[in-house]
Amino acid sequence: MSGEIRPHRGGTAPPGSGKMRLRGLIRKEFLQIVRDPSSIAIAFLMPLVLLLLFGYGVSLDSEHIPLALVVEQPSADTASFTAAFHKSRYFRPSLFLDTRAAEEAMMAGRVNAVVVLRQDFARRLRQPDGAPIQLILNGVDANTAQIISGYVQGAWGKWLEQTALERGQSLRTPVRMEQRIWFNSELRSRNFLVPGLVAVIMTLIGALLTAMVMAREWERGTMEALLVTPLAMGEVILGKLIPYFILGMGGLALSVTMAIWLFDVPLRGSLWVLLAASALFLLTALGMGLLISTLTKSQFVAGQVAIIATFLPAFILSGFIFDINSMPGIVQTITHMVAARYYVAILQTLFLAGNEWSVILPNALALALLAVIFLGLTRKKARKRLE
Amino acid sequence: MTPADRETAPSSPPGLEGDTALWVAGVSKTFRAGHRRVPALQNVSFRVRQGTVTGLIGPDGAGKTTLMRLAAGLMAPDSGTITILGKDATAQSMAVQSSIGYMPQRFGLYEDLTVQENLDLYADLQGVPEPARPARYRDLIHMAGLAPFTARLAGQLSGGMKQKLGLACALVRQPPLLLLDEPTVGVDPLSRRELWSIVYRLVREQGTGVLLSTAYLDEAERCDEVVLLHDGQFLEQGAPAALREPMRGRTYAVTAADVPTRSLQAVLAQAPGVLDALVQGDHIRLVMENDAPPDLGALLPGVKGAELAAVAPRFEDGFVALLKRRAGGETARRPVTAAAPRPAEPGRPVIEVNDLQRRFGSFYAVKGVTFAVSRGEVFGLLGANGAGKSTTFRMLCGLLPASGGNLRVAGVDLRYAAAAARARIGYMSQKFSLYANLSVAENLRFFSGAYGLSGTRGAGRMDWALEEFALAPMAESVSGDLSLGHKQQLALACALMHEPDILFLDEPTSGVDPLARRKFWSRINGLAETGVTVMVTTHFMEEAEYCDRLAIMAAGEILTMGTPAEVKGKARSSALPEPTMEDAFVGLIQTHARQGAAA
Repeated sequence: MSGEIRPHRGGTAPPGSGKMRLRGLIRKEFLQIVRDPSSIAIAFLMPLVLLLLFGYGVSLDSEHIPLALVVEQPSADTASFTAAFHKSRYFRPSLFLDTRAAEEAMMAGRVNAVVVLRQDFARRLRQPDGAPIQLILNGVDANTAQIISGYVQGAWGKWLEQTALERGQSLRTPVRMEQRIWFNSELRSRNFLVPGLVAVIMTLIGALLTAMVMAREWERGTMEALLVTPLAMGEVILGKLIPYFILGMGGLALSVTMAIWLFDVPLRGSLWVLLAASALFLLTALGMGLLISTLTKSQFVAGQVAIIATFLPAFILSGFIFDINSMPGIVQTITHMVAARYYVAILQTLFLAGNEWSVILPNALALALLAVIFLGLTRKKARKRLE
Repeated sequence: MTPADRETAPSSPPGLEGDTALWVAGVSKTFRAGHRRVPALQNVSFRVRQGTVTGLIGPDGAGKTTLMRLAAGLMAPDSGTITILGKDATAQSMAVQSSIGYMPQRFGLYEDLTVQENLDLYADLQGVPEPARPARYRDLIHMAGLAPFTARLAGQLSGGMKQKLGLACALVRQPPLLLLDEPTVGVDPLSRRELWSIVYRLVREQGTGVLLSTAYLDEAERCDEVVLLHDGQFLEQGAPAALREPMRGRTYAVTAADVPTRSLQAVLAQAPGVLDALVQGDHIRLVMENDAPPDLGALLPGVKGAELAAVAPRFEDGFVALLKRRAGGETARRPVTAAAPRPAEPGRPVIEVNDLQRRFGSFYAVKGVTFAVSRGEVFGLLGANGAGKSTTFRMLCGLLPASGGNLRVAGVDLRYAAAAARARIGYMSQKFSLYANLSVAENLRFFSGAYGLSGTRGAGRMDWALEEFALAPMAESVSGDLSLGHKQQLALACALMHEPDILFLDEPTSGVDPLARRKFWSRINGLAETGVTVMVTTHFMEEAEYCDRLAIMAAGEILTMGTPAEVKGKARSSALPEPTMEDAFVGLIQTHARQGAAA
């Protein structure tokens, strides 16, 4: 930078340095973030609400499942059987004497499952084939139905075993199932929800907030004034990228801190790998946000597009809540275009399994590829023109 | 910039004098709106010299902003070239942008940054070295009169101060060429004068070249040179006097004691040999087609006691003459005869406002406004953006409840029966409030439906509107595609569908070309003659002259009220024997500010 003002003499080199211009833009951006309540709300308040909501409020575990026990012919055996269900923390059983009443309760939504002990339960119990029980499930929510089915089988198996032990006789149990659960041994849904939520929060800051603030500059006409300065378009993009990158990493720090200290989610992998993968994902999210606002230039449309193209997929198609492998084939194909899917895979691995490079590396590579594509497209589409 | 600097400027392209700062050569630009092509500029050529102020004059939609953006390198022309300080604005846009100051129509200020932070940002972007900044800031802040407000958020400045800050930001690096896109729109006349004096200081002291666009014709006279644009076409370039002087000896003030000015205007406008006749407070301003002295007897047959006095020509006279020549002698249609309105309650003013107040939090948008408007009167509220005109209007239309005071419209207290009053009110907003994607006929049908007109009455009003406003040829056109003047006609037609007793007009003709404005006002005059009461808000000094009475508003208060002649008379002094409406306005605001400071 020269020491004097030389505004208009020859040369195509703009006056001042790129560093000075960038510094000015970044300082401006931070002042705006601090003063704009909506930026604060999206960057800090929404992540906090989401974390508390998913940490405390949403649980995919099933406890105290309302269950109807139909005992057609009460006996000592059935009493012992129902006692076992009463003791379990997974069930909240209510007793019925005939199937029809139990079915009505299920129709009315008062119970989620019906277990029927037939008249001949006690008699057949001591026969070689054993006594079957009937389980009727409310299959509307398939996931919960699966879980209940598993719990009922478990409770039944346990009861059979115990009864045999007490009587010193061997009852026929169909197959002995020995369960061992890996990675999330307590089966706490919080342990995989909270890490997955980090991807949603970073999408919120990287794509939604960035798309909105960039579109706001177009809408308020400030972009027009910026463009008629010696700024290069690359500097305009960096001027948005850097502040929101920092903000996004702040969101990450907030989420990880809360995950570990408040929700007791284990972090089994390396923090550095987590930071590096997050930086990569954040670049992708910022690339999407900037690309959206370069193409639409209206805050309203940019916000809508960002929610539909980035935020909702991060929620639904990333494997954060719904397992990708159980989606229909075509939807699985679509998830390959969702950046959050790769990041969620890395996050859940790092938190629950450890530095599992065979998972981390390919996903990181996919993220890097997407980041290059989105940022490259933004650079190509963003021109110092109003047309 | 010193003269020595200017000599080191890069050599000009062949055929260009050394002092040309901006050279526009055969520039055309067409926009695409859906499948239609809209020509914005057609083969426009002109030049701006260093050390002068060139005004780019034209109504809204003339292509001023497009031209500014092309010059700033924000768009590329379809054909033609723009050369700025020897560089091509399209091919070398970065170099051009490094050497110009540009102020877009919406200032380009960050409203959530303070005055100082805005200046810092632009100093960083323009590469002003740190050591040079304190002195530069001092100069700019002093020049813009922003010294007490450096820590204030730009969003909390008044409109005039925002404009001056925008200008200061554009000037942070002393550019040799300054492009200002409508810097004076909506700004109070005092700030407007200050802005102009800043611009002239730059030109005189630093030899800056300035291209400034405006839709205000009275500002043309302040420019060294003007470039006239109309419908994307270049009309003329020259000194304002070159357009004004041919009109000398053809302009007169006509008064007739026995005849109301409005009837007088209606007769004169249709008289042979008359180019233009305008209501100007208590007299008619008459412009003749040629130098021959007008014969009052022939112009006003049967009118006794009419007097004629020669007055100085104005820039607008020349512009109107030019436009009329171009339009090929198409004469203005006869003023409308609207159906007679329902009679108002006898003996009472149609609009009565008493100590009206409106508070937003702790801020008084309107504080203690009192006035009354009688039947058939045209009453104007004149003031800058933010003076409280629109807030007053919204309360009068029953759209916003008052925080205090009384207001009766059409004999109805708006606190209790806003809906009843609204049926007798017609309202035309500045934005015209039309459905841009509906056709002309569909808009008219919608508004007549909204006012409960149906069957034969609705059909009759439709025919009336299409006929009276000459909208029949474009009845099936989409309203969004109409010219500004036609949109204005349509908006007025929509407001008149239910034959209201009272018509509210919010900035009705801002940015409309002078011919369309004349046509509009002759219609309003016709309505007033049939007994329709008209209220107008405007920040346009010119428009205030068309009113019977007006009130000047600033900061939510009425500073003065009276006929245009009375209001202007208050500013009369030995130094200013013939004050304009703007002089009166500026004088009042200054007195008010002094009183405010003393209190």
